[in-house]
Amino acid sequence: MEVKIALAGNPNSGKTTMFNDLTGSNQRVGNWPGVTVEKKEGRLKGDRDVVIQDLPGIYSLSPYTLEEVVARSYLVNEKPDAIINIVDGTNIERNLYLTTQLIELGIPTVVAVNMIDVVRKNGDKIDLGKLGAALGCEVMETSALKGEGSHEVARRAAQLARESRPVEAPSVFDGSVEHAIAHIEESIEGRVDQRFLRWYAIKVFERDEKVLAELKLDPSLTEHLEQHIADCERELDDDAESIITNQRYAYIARVVSSAVEKKQSGLKMTTSDKIDHIVTNRVAALPIFIVVMAAVYWIAMGPLGTFLTDWTNDVLVGEWAVEGARGLLEGNVADWLVGLVCDGIIAGVGAVIGFVPQMLLLFLMLSILEDVGYMARIAFIMDRIFRKFGLSGKSFIPMLIGSGCGVPAVMASRTIENERDRRMTIMTTCFIPCGAKLPIISMIAGAFFDDGWWVATSAYFVGVFAIIISGIILKKLKAFAGDAAPFVMELPPYHAPAPSNVLRATWERGWSFIKRAGTVILLSSIIIWFLQAFGVENGAFGMVENNDNSILAAIGTAVAFIFIPLGFGTWQATVGVVGGLVAKENLVAIMAVCYGIAGEVSEAGEEMWGILASEYTGIAAYSFMVFNLLCAPCFAAMGAIKREMNSPKWTLAAIGYMCGFAYCVSLMIYQIGGLITGDVGFGVWTVVAFAVLAAMIYLLVRKNKYGEYGERLSERKAAVNA
Amino acid sequence: MKTLKDVKVGETVTVVKLHGEGALKRRIMDMGVTRGTEIYVRKVAPLGDPVETTVRGYELSIRRADAELIEVK
Repeated sequence: MEVKIALAGNPNSGKTTMFNDLTGSNQRVGNWPGVTVEKKEGRLKGDRDVVIQDLPGIYSLSPYTLEEVVARSYLVNEKPDAIINIVDGTNIERNLYLTTQLIELGIPTVVAVNMIDVVRKNGDKIDLGKLGAALGCEVMETSALKGEGSHEVARRAAQLARESRPVEAPSVFDGSVEHAIAHIEESIEGRVDQRFLRWYAIKVFERDEKVLAELKLDPSLTEHLEQHIADCERELDDDAESIITNQRYAYIARVVSSAVEKKQSGLKMTTSDKIDHIVTNRVAALPIFIVVMAAVYWIAMGPLGTFLTDWTNDVLVGEWAVEGARGLLEGNVADWLVGLVCDGIIAGVGAVIGFVPQMLLLFLMLSILEDVGYMARIAFIMDRIFRKFGLSGKSFIPMLIGSGCGVPAVMASRTIENERDRRMTIMTTCFIPCGAKLPIISMIAGAFFDDGWWVATSAYFVGVFAIIISGIILKKLKAFAGDAAPFVMELPPYHAPAPSNVLRATWERGWSFIKRAGTVILLSSIIIWFLQAFGVENGAFGMVENNDNSILAAIGTAVAFIFIPLGFGTWQATVGVVGGLVAKENLVAIMAVCYGIAGEVSEAGEEMWGILASEYTGIAAYSFMVFNLLCAPCFAAMGAIKREMNSPKWTLAAIGYMCGFAYCVSLMIYQIGGLITGDVGFGVWTVVAFAVLAAMIYLLVRKNKYGEYGERLSERKAAVNA
Repeated sequence: MKTLKDVKVGETVTVVKLHGEGALKRRIMDMGVTRGTEIYVRKVAPLGDPVETTVRGYELSIRRADAELIEVK
C-alpha cells in the first residue's frame, strides 16, 4: 500500500540532509502551486511505496507566512498518512514548539531528535521515553549528517502510517483554556474531519482568520464561542493567540526540564560562539565580510571563472559545437538549415551555456556560505543599509553576483525568505552592469569620450543609484507595502559544510538553469535568428544577403521613432537594442552589421567608432548606453526573472518597470543634459523630461502612506496601549 | 517602560509583556519570546542594528524597531 509521509521541521534542523538521505536521487523538485516556495517530493530508498513530502522549513503553523500556510494546507487538505517531525536536539525548546502544533493534527507522528551526536558531545542527555510520553508520540534519535537513525525513523513512520491508529493528543493547555477548546470541539464536531477536530478547535480559539473563513460558522455560534474565548482572555489578561503560544512554551519548558538533562555549560563558549565572536565582531565584521565577498567574487568572476567561461564559449561552443555541426551539415542539407542550427540554435543556446561553469562555481560557493551559516550573518551585518531601500540584508549577494551575470544573480535571490524583499531584489538587481554590458560601455567610451575612465565608473554609479532610487520609489507602492511583519531571524550555529548538501544544492540550481536554456532560450534564439536572416529582397521573400533587408531591420525601422526623444532614433541603434535583449554581448556586433562593417569586429566595435561619432552626439551616445544598461536584461535573465517570480503579472511588472525606468532616465539625460551642453534645443520633449524629473523627485520624497518600518510599529504600539 | 531596545549588550532581562498584535506579535512569540522568557543581549550589528540575542538557548537577531515592542525588566 502506498503511503505518504510529510517531513516537517524548523529551518536549520537538518531537514534537507535527512530528506536527501532518505530519498537519494529519487526526488522531484517543483513549486507549491501558485507560490515561489520550493516543493520537494521523493520516494524512500528501499521502500518505493513510501512517498516523502518535504515541507518548507517553518517555526510554527501560524497563518502569517507563506511557508507556514503552504505547510498547513498540505497537512490538513492532503492528509498525509504520517509525519516525521525533525527536531534539532541542541535547540530543543524552540523546535518542540512546532511539534506541539503538529501532534494536534491527529496524524501519527514520529519525532526525530536530530544532531544527537552534538547533544552527546555537549554532555547533555535526552530521555526519549519521557519525551515521547509527554508528547503522545514516538520519539527516536538521529544524526542525519552522519546517516544515523534516519532510515529507522522512516520505517517506523511508514509502519504507523499503515496501521493508522487514532492518535490522542496530550493536554498542553491550562484548565480554563482546555475547557474552552473542548467546548469549541463540541460545537464544530461534524463540520470538520474528525481527525483534525482538536486542531480546528484550537485555531478557532486563536481566531485564526483563515480557519474561520473556511468554517463559515453561523453568527450566533460565533458569538457564543466568542464569549468563552473572551472569558479566558479576561481571566489570563492576554489575547487568545498569545495565551496559546505562552502555554505551549510553558508546557515545553515543563517537558524539557523533566526529560532533558543539560550539563551546566553556563558561560562556556562553544566553537561556534568563538567563531561568531570574531566574524560578527563590531569592528572586524565589515572587513571580514568584504574579504569573504571579494574571495567569492574573485574565484567566480576572476581568472578561473573567466577562463572557464571563455573556454566554454570559444572552444566548446564556438569551435567544437558550431564548427563541428557545420562540418557535419554543410553540403548535406539546405543552407538555411545550416544557418539555423549553427548560427541560430547552437550560437544562441551556447551563449547561455557558456555561463554554466561560472555559475556552478558561484552556486557552489554560495551553497557553502549558506550551509556553514554565514548567509544569515550577511543579513545581520547588511540589514541596516539595505532596509532603507526596501531591500533585505540578503539582497547584497544577488547584487554582487549581478556585476558578473544577471542570471545567477536573479537566481541567488532565492535565499531571501521574505517574498516582498525577494521581488524587489529581482526587480532591481539587473541594474548593476553585468559582464556582457561592458563591451557597450567600452564602445561608447572609445567612440565618443576618448576612452575616458569616468564612463565605466559612471556606469556603475548609474546602476547603484538606479537600485537606490527604485528601492525608495517602489517600497512606497501599495504592492510592496506589505504587512508589518517583524524581522526576526535565527542565527544558526556554524558547522562544517556537508559536501553532499552543498553539491546537491549547487547542481539543483545549475540544472534548472540548463533546462531553461533548452526551452525558453532555444525558442527565442530560433525566432531572432529567423527575423534577422529572412526578409524581402529583390521583390521576393527569402533568406537575405544584406541584413538591411531582414525582418529585424524592418521592425527596427518601424519602431525607431520611440527612441527619437532619447537621441538615438535610428534603425541601427534600435536593432542594436533589440539584439541586446537576446544577449547584451550581441549588441555591438549587431550594430556593426547594421552599419555594413564587413568581417570580424572587435569586442568594442572599434571599426565603427568613426561612423558612430559622426552619427550621434556625445549626449545621445551616453543616453544610449544608459538605456541599454538599465532596460530589460537579456532573454536568459528575463527567463530567470520569470522563474523566480513564478507569476506572469510580476514578471511583466519587473520587465516593464526596468524598461520604463530606463526610458525615463535616458530621456532626462538626453533632453536635460543636451540642453545644458547645447546639443539639444528646447522643445516639447524638454518639458516632458522636466515633468518626469519632477514626478521622480515627488515619488522619492513623498511620505510613505503605508508607513515606514519603524513608524508603523510605533503606531501599532500606541494603538495597543491606548 | 523599559523595552528590549534599551537593554545594553551583556545584560540579561526577563520579558514582561509583548506589545503589538496579529502577525507582528505572533512572529516574535513563535520564536520563543514569551512572557517570562529570559533574553540575553549578546551583541549589536556593526552598523548599530539589528541586535543579536540569546533566547531559549539559541541566537536570535532582532531589529531595534521590533525590540521596542518587547517590554522587559
